[in-house]
Amino acid sequence: MKKTVSRRNLLKGGLAGTAAIAVMKNNETQAAQTFEGYPEGMGVLVDLTRCVGCRSCEAACNKEQGLPEPAKPFDDYSVFDEIKHGQKRRTDETAYTIVNKYDIPELDHPLFRKVQCNHCQEPACLTSCFVNAYTKTPEGAVIYNSKVCVGCRTCMIACPFYIPTFKYSSAFNPRIMKCIFCYDTRLKDGKPPACVEACPQEALTFGRRNDLINMGRQRIRETPGKYVEHIYGETEVGGTAWMYLSSVSFDKVGFDTHVPKEPILNSVKEFLAIVPMVLTIWPGLFAGFHLLATRKEKIKEQEEKEEQV
Amino acid sequence: MRTRKRIIQTAFALAFGGILIIPTHGWSMDAEDAPESVTIDSLANLYTGVEFNHAMHVEYASCQECHHHTTGGAVVNPNCARCHRNSGEADEVTCTGCHATNRFSETYIRALEAPELYHIDKPGLKGAYHLNCVSCHETTSGPTGCLDCHTMTESGEKMFNTGSHSPAKGQQSGH
Ligand code: SF4
Ligand code: SF4
Repeated sequence: MKKTVSRRNLLKGGLAGTAAIAVMKNNETQAAQTFEGYPEGMGVLVDLTRCVGCRSCEAACNKEQGLPEPAKPFDDYSVFDEIKHGQKRRTDETAYTIVNKYDIPELDHPLFRKVQCNHCQEPACLTSCFVNAYTKTPEGAVIYNSKVCVGCRTCMIACPFYIPTFKYSSAFNPRIMKCIFCYDTRLKDGKPPACVEACPQEALTFGRRNDLINMGRQRIRETPGKYVEHIYGETEVGGTAWMYLSSVSFDKVGFDTHVPKEPILNSVKEFLAIVPMVLTIWPGLFAGFHLLATRKEKIKEQEEKEEQV
Repeated sequence: MRTRKRIIQTAFALAFGGILIIPTHGWSMDAEDAPESVTIDSLANLYTGVEFNHAMHVEYASCQECHHHTTGGAVVNPNCARCHRNSGEADEVTCTGCHATNRFSETYIRALEAPELYHIDKPGLKGAYHLNCVSCHETTSGPTGCLDCHTMTESGEKMFNTGSHSPAKGQQSGH
């Protein structure tokens, strides 16, 4: 992190817009730059060998978050065959979590994978957002304040897992929509998210992230041959609060195994440093244009007056 | 019943221990000690509980396969055997005796921090039931669907938007 910060400082100096510097000095922006996650936070260990694809987690999420009625009942398993734009189901503004089915040639049964926000330790959505709509809470949740969101979709592009989506209830009121780890209703009171509580198979284990890593390692160590020797999310994109165990290599169950080990934002910070600058000088530019325009008008008015005289 | 049998066993052992060879399995529970049937419904909400036919399941699985080291039989899992090879019959043999219903509560999670604790990953009650039942049913071709063992309740239908709470027909095509 140190290195990138200094690289950023260099950038600041290089671009040297006074407006840009004003923004960089903003405390919140500073916090986002040096944010290194909360090692004591909570998380969930998802064990794909336990999941039976019952969709109880989806149903529980729908009710807990007051999401719209689904197109098909939650005990309808035909959704596993739905393909849109050549892809399996994705989370969207009506479903913060979904379960997909994967047929694995070498196994005599399919595997199921639950998808939701992974609540990264150093979230790309958070660091990319120039109005600071996102917060990583000490409990581990990545939440957002939709009131300040301007709907620029930067977080959508920044997220390595394609999680944030938008609801446009009106053109001027965009709302980020994604899993918030049931922060408001449960996590902040020390309770597990609704999906975890609903899962009959304890495929979802809620706990302190550090403990979950130990549990995951114990499962791998004590049942040789059952799991691939990797906990997805322990190191990916700098670590995620939701982590996964699988019996087959992760790319076979839809995981992106090419995400960097480093937090995503380390690689795009240069670009993102420019965004707030543009935004900050924008009011200035705008005021300038306005002045120019009004001055022209004033001059015109003046000329007209003079002509009349 | 169990306690009385145990007392008699102990008395025998004390009286004749010196001259008789006490078979080790004499210390473990027998299938006949077990109940015919167990009602499993302490967590029932979205689904009805299950009337578990214990007598029938005894024919499919050894005591240890479900009761682990608590019924006194030799444990099969080498991880358990490290500590429980000779730990004998436990005072508590029920599922609820060890598998917590508050598995994800703050108190439970905090208790996992104890540095000497080995059982950091013991499933909660709901997990223990389903993990044990479903995995065995898969290998023995037993029932594995939710509704093969349970009946969905009214609140279940509401939760799953099914049955009397199915999505309105008109909206189904709108996606
Ligand atoms: S998964 Fe995406 S939306 Fe969730 S915290 Fe990480 S970057 Fe943000
Ligand atoms: S509730 Fe648990 S077992 Fe069922 S689909 Fe979700 S993660 Fe899998």
